Amino acid sequence: MELNAGKQFKVLKETTIAPKSVHRGYAMRTLYINVGTGEIKEKPVSEDMKKRFTGGKGFGLKLLWDAVKPTTRWNDPENEINIAMGPICGNTNYPGSGKSLVVSLSPTTGIPIDSNVGGYFGPYLKFGGWDALELQGKADSDVIVFIDSNTGLIQILEAPQNLPGDTHLLAEELTRAFAQDEQDLQAVSVVSSGRGAEHTYLGLLNFSLWDKRRNGVRVKQAGRGGIGTVFRDKKIKALVVHFKGVHQNLNDAADPAAVQRIGLKLHKEIIVNDDKQCKMRRQGTAHLMEVMNDYDLLPTKNHQYGQDPKGPELASWVWEKLFSQKLPDGCWYGCTLACAHAVDNFELKTGPYKGTKVCVDGPEYETAAGVGSNIYCYDPEGILEINFYCDTYGIDTISFGTITGFLMECWEKGIIDASKTEGVDLTWGNWKGACEILHKMAEGTEFGKLVGKGVKFLAEYFVNTYGADPQYMKDIALHGKGLEQSQYISKESLAQQGGYYLTNKGPQHDEAWLIFMDMVNNMLPTFEKKADALHYFPMFRTWFGLQGLCKLPWNDIEPADNAKWPEPNKVPDHVKNYCDLYTAITGEPLDWDGLIIQSERVYNFQRVFNLRMGHGLRNDDYPPYRAMGPVTPEEYESRKERYDKQLSEKLNLKPETMSTAEKIAALRKYRLSQYESLVDAVYKRRGWNNQGVPTVEHLQKLGMDLPEVIAVVKQHL
Amino acid sequence: MIKYLKLHHDKCIGCMTCTSTCSKMYYKEENPAKSRIVVQEQGIGKYHLVACDQECRKCVEECPTQAITVNAQGVVMINSKLCVGCLACVAVCPINAMRYFPGQSTPFKCIACGACAKTCPADALEIAEKEESPQAKEYIEVTAHLRKEHK
Repeated sequence: MELNAGKQFKVLKETTIAPKSVHRGYAMRTLYINVGTGEIKEKPVSEDMKKRFTGGKGFGLKLLWDAVKPTTRWNDPENEINIAMGPICGNTNYPGSGKSLVVSLSPTTGIPIDSNVGGYFGPYLKFGGWDALELQGKADSDVIVFIDSNTGLIQILEAPQNLPGDTHLLAEELTRAFAQDEQDLQAVSVVSSGRGAEHTYLGLLNFSLWDKRRNGVRVKQAGRGGIGTVFRDKKIKALVVHFKGVHQNLNDAADPAAVQRIGLKLHKEIIVNDDKQCKMRRQGTAHLMEVMNDYDLLPTKNHQYGQDPKGPELASWVWEKLFSQKLPDGCWYGCTLACAHAVDNFELKTGPYKGTKVCVDGPEYETAAGVGSNIYCYDPEGILEINFYCDTYGIDTISFGTITGFLMECWEKGIIDASKTEGVDLTWGNWKGACEILHKMAEGTEFGKLVGKGVKFLAEYFVNTYGADPQYMKDIALHGKGLEQSQYISKESLAQQGGYYLTNKGPQHDEAWLIFMDMVNNMLPTFEKKADALHYFPMFRTWFGLQGLCKLPWNDIEPADNAKWPEPNKVPDHVKNYCDLYTAITGEPLDWDGLIIQSERVYNFQRVFNLRMGHGLRNDDYPPYRAMGPVTPEEYESRKERYDKQLSEKLNLKPETMSTAEKIAALRKYRLSQYESLVDAVYKRRGWNNQGVPTVEHLQKLGMDLPEVIAVVKQHL
Repeated sequence: MIKYLKLHHDKCIGCMTCTSTCSKMYYKEENPAKSRIVVQEQGIGKYHLVACDQECRKCVEECPTQAITVNAQGVVMINSKLCVGCLACVAVCPINAMRYFPGQSTPFKCIACGACAKTCPADALEIAEKEESPQAKEYIEVTAHLRKEHK
């Protein structure tokens, strides 16, 4: 592909807002663009906003709150897509410092979704002097938004009709169109989605980075919750940012030498320890595959099981061989954890790009599990094919994996057949069938669109249209609040059930991952301990999103002596790094408690935001039973010893005298009651009433007793 | 062939002339913390010298912006215009020959210029040449293959 710098796009609207230097991590202004009206303006960030919302996701949520009404739906023009960076984002020294946080009202949940993503877009935007970008309105026809962070030029451009629809072509073409010369390619980053996002609720955003070694575009995904769907509904074809001149201290840190020192400390830890620990540099998050399979945690056949003899066919060593090695595959400069691996020269076997050799970004663990074992596909080539098409069509691999697993189970049970799937064979393991669904999503066929509405919708649809058993459908459709669950088996870990379902945005692995602490190491034996963990970890992990940080360098690499520290699960030495890093950049002191309070303010604000949108009470916080225990006799029998033991030890029953159906019912009753007790304990620990509403006293204590927040809460107290 | 600074540790007398020459040459000041060669004292009268061997090239492999490259003489060079100051190269260097000065964005390393060898009174330093080992070539070949096939 030729470099076509200076390619002329028709300018619909343009303005220049002088670039501003970042000071101590903040630009103290945000950029507002309305793609419908063409309005482009800066908004100041007040000291009060900085204090209460910190940055990143906090700013994104605050701007969204101010933009929408309780009645706003995802496809109303006033819904926004907000991309916010956070004060630590953009430093090049501490691994994992390039994250953007994207916030919008989700098509599948109707409440705010937030998704964190790497790539160069966020930092490049920040270096033009913006803490966040707020996109509102709806264009009449496809537009490209261009922001030059060096000159301050901001344009809304007409997207030519002949531009490709899918990311792997579109992002590359636009990178070349907006780069001034070959040396400038790395100075451009594109946000785009794909044709799949136009016809489904599963749309994601791809954030690009130019890979000099591969001489091509790589993409990282803001995957969850359908933000790409909102993007295409707004008729935004792409966002393009240009910034040349990245250097070590663009955050204007209070103590740049300290930023270097803290960063170098972690770099060295990674270089020395990674090979002995998670092997992120060679395998990325795919290192988890065999571990999860060994512990009966790798979702298999729509989360029926956690293990399969075929598990090792998808083990980390398989991926290590496929991933190109010896490349610094970080998604932002200076990330030596470098987990953004890729499979190069992969020849596609299906669809419109069949026969083309492409670079596949990933798969990461969630993808390999979700569209691998979960659909009973143990062919890495099949996983790579689905991974590639999901990305380029702009479809979230996690939701797609969970939905496809559900469909395949429905196929096995005879609820659907080829007459209902436009001829697609959805036998377990048929990855080509899964690819056919993806191609149908891209084309926008009836079945493609139907599937693209998500598993919650499908379960109801199958009941109403095909007469499927309502309880069974409810049990096996793995979603919370409308968001598909991510890829860990949570059945044997009550804390993880809470970690998934007592969340603000729905079941993802972003807030809490407690399976090992709870199930394997039995460190959370009481409800109080589980509740403490379900307070601490979601708050702690929220903090990454306020700062523009990736959480993987927190605990996917550990100091060699981590186990000797008190509470090693919290990786205290790294928590200290984060407090020191925050202080070195912003000049503001921060200790461990202060860090948690920053998060708690935003976390509670998001909870109240859900209430404001008509959701977020206790009844929204329950898992489908598949996430809690065995739904079917096959599931029970496959782990009979484990379940029988629980019935006799915990409930004093005599399983040998009971039928499987009776045992399933007894276990279900027990587990549901355990979950109720967990919810009570967690709500109490989080400062909420028994319906999950943050109390006025708690909001006052946090300094989040804003009048508009209190007004919402009072309607529910 | 690779041009490099050959170190004769046993001849070093610890006079620090080399570090002085180096820091004055590149930073216009006398400061061992800004020298591209390091003299480490190892007991009385014994010294260990540290400077890039130009051969392992781990920093070349690690640099996210390709600011670190190998020149025609086989010497590993840093292009400060491309450097983003992440210090991954400093972390990855197995002998601590890649150095940085706190608060300064771009790291520095020996580029086998030979200035120190000329001023060393003990003949402990010498500019020499060596054959490129297969390991030294490996990185270059991996990426060349990727570029060719991908585009």
